[in-house]
Amino acid sequence: MIIRKPKSLTFGKVFNHLALLALVLLWITPTIGLLISSFRDKEQLAYTGWWTALSTSEQNAWGRTGTAEDQVKKDGKFLISGTILTSNEKTILTYNTNFKNLSAYKSGESMIFKDGSLFTLESDGKYEWISQKPFTHKRGKRIFYVAEVPPMFSLDNYREVLASENVGQSFVNTFTVTIPATIIPIMIAAFAAYAFAWMEFPGRQFLFVCVVGLLVVPLQMSLIPLLTMYNKIGAFFGTEGKSYLGIWLAHTGFGLPLAIYLLRNYMGSLPRDIIESARIDGASHFQIFTKLVLPLSVPALASFCIFQFLWVWNDLLVALVFLGKQDDQIVLTSKLRELLGSRGDNWEILTSSAFISIIVPLFVFFALQRYFVRGLVTGSVKA
Amino acid sequence: MADVKMQSIYKQFGDTEVIHGVDLEVKDNEFVVFVGPSGCGKSTLLRLIAGLEDVTSGEIEIDGTQVNFLPPAKRGIAMVFQSYALYPHMNVYQNMSFGLKLAKTDKQIVDQKVREAAEVLQITELLERKPKELSGGQRQRVAIGRAIVRDPKVFLFDEPLSNLDAKLRVQMRIELTKLHRELNATMIYVTHDQVEAMTMADKIVVLRDGYVEQVGAPLDLYHNPANLFVAGFIGSPSMNFMDGKISGISEKAVEFEIDQKLKIKIPCSPGDNATTGNIVRFGVRPEHLELTGEENAKLRGEVFAVERLGGETYLYLRTEGDKELTVHSPGDKMVHEGDQVSIGFSPDTCHLFDNQGQVFDKLAA
Repeated sequence: MIIRKPKSLTFGKVFNHLALLALVLLWITPTIGLLISSFRDKEQLAYTGWWTALSTSEQNAWGRTGTAEDQVKKDGKFLISGTILTSNEKTILTYNTNFKNLSAYKSGESMIFKDGSLFTLESDGKYEWISQKPFTHKRGKRIFYVAEVPPMFSLDNYREVLASENVGQSFVNTFTVTIPATIIPIMIAAFAAYAFAWMEFPGRQFLFVCVVGLLVVPLQMSLIPLLTMYNKIGAFFGTEGKSYLGIWLAHTGFGLPLAIYLLRNYMGSLPRDIIESARIDGASHFQIFTKLVLPLSVPALASFCIFQFLWVWNDLLVALVFLGKQDDQIVLTSKLRELLGSRGDNWEILTSSAFISIIVPLFVFFALQRYFVRGLVTGSVKA
Repeated sequence: MADVKMQSIYKQFGDTEVIHGVDLEVKDNEFVVFVGPSGCGKSTLLRLIAGLEDVTSGEIEIDGTQVNFLPPAKRGIAMVFQSYALYPHMNVYQNMSFGLKLAKTDKQIVDQKVREAAEVLQITELLERKPKELSGGQRQRVAIGRAIVRDPKVFLFDEPLSNLDAKLRVQMRIELTKLHRELNATMIYVTHDQVEAMTMADKIVVLRDGYVEQVGAPLDLYHNPANLFVAGFIGSPSMNFMDGKISGISEKAVEFEIDQKLKIKIPCSPGDNATTGNIVRFGVRPEHLELTGEENAKLRGEVFAVERLGGETYLYLRTEGDKELTVHSPGDKMVHEGDQVSIGFSPDTCHLFDNQGQVFDKLAA
């Protein structure tokens, strides 16, 4: 039996681990912040950072007392009572009549105004204002206070965003774009990749080099010529300029070179003996493709699926060019950008819509991740 | 079952010619082994028969039909690969039935054939397993099973045992021989291991650099190698060679001398190439050399290494002329490194090759 020595902790190893930890934190912290913020109460969100979300926070605010109309006569004195808080979740710590020295009076303590009246504010926001003379003021007096607010989480932001801001519709639109724009290139690329990897035909190498060459064509450069071309061809067939078909084709075109390249390399690395064995067993190219190569290429297909899905999901540029901005065509990224403009101060809307757009790629990634198993061909051939 | 005929087969890859005109006939029900060092073209030849490569020129016939342009599946062959080449995502049953299913064979017949083959190979209990759950030997059985179910006219084996460990290899060797008897099939087997060739073959084809060097039964090659290459390739450890000069020629023998000291007369037909003074190469197998007393000594040398295997002993010695010799002697010989020994041999067991490497034919006994 071999007894392993415990590995010594070298400086390099520690450094590696720390660097890794730092990188991970650097990457996930903003996302976590976004997630937490999206669930927070919109007022708290405005006052404090997300990292304070779990602790009770102190909040400076003010409220008005009742006016002379609210006074009642009691025991020969005049009394105004009520609460200055609108919600009952706050606990008042200190208060004052001006905002310069907010900690002047603790809640429960009384203060005496210049006219001799006595004002008492309790921590739950109830106050009593007692005077010997009748009150005459028409506007309530402003009371500034420091209050403690417990953490509050809710789904309200999401409800608001999905229902009233039409983010829900653009969410569906994005799906309408993304799913076909992922499936179409994969189907085409899988066939092409098989041909490049396993079928012999003249010019195979040259054509493959051309496809790889297309990888470097910048999207930004070809976008407008592409749209012009699409519009002309579309006009000939009498289709609309901006439609889902157009964006599917555009994404397919931009995704194909990488897809073919990735899949060909993967398929080319499948053991030659398996393919030849199938040929001897009488399989045609199509049968080899569907019965052997496709099932064995699942890891490559899945990884490209993720690439393409994320890329299309997060795409703004192609969508702006090929789709309109009306409700039934606007995609999530485009919608978010619009919200940034019109509702830029409403953090609760931005964070929750951002998270709605993150959640699907995350789900796709974790769903497909189990296909990334190493050694799918184990046992087929001797390594 | 069928015979395979090859007529002046040439094969080029690009500008490189790798098979230079091979003529070969494999008879019905024969076990033929292609053997040769790596790169000799033996695998290429097999792949030409299988149809995985196309011949550049020449003709291949299987069972009387010219198959040059038929795809592999239509040639009536089955092939077992060195790497097994099992379909990793299918279980054993699916692996074995794959070919039949593609041929749209009736399900019941498929089932029957698979189970029969599994029975023969004793893998019935493995049918539901995936290849990755099998050991190397089991995988190779499955690969053979996949060949059997197709009822081929000719079985092709491409170094099927070279990935197995030594013990399993010996076992599979015997099983393959047994299988050949049971199936009554024509089998063509490629290997670089001459032990496999010697033990399994009805007929061995020795290849070198795309040429057939010699074709014959295993012991025929062993006793009567046609040239230097075959003599050196067949037999383990390989034959001892020494250069000499022809010193005399008679009708039934050639006499030559080594280092102007030792004269040996070998009974053989001198043919046309023998001229006095020509360089010849003389070969004798380690097992035909024996330790003798001084009086019978033909060669003397100093032992520089001894390998004792208990039942047999290999001595490595350096002769006076500074040539290395291997001696195989039965039993456990009490010889040590540094000892001087005398070696004798019978001229009948020797082989003599001319300066072209061709053997001087032995006289018929």
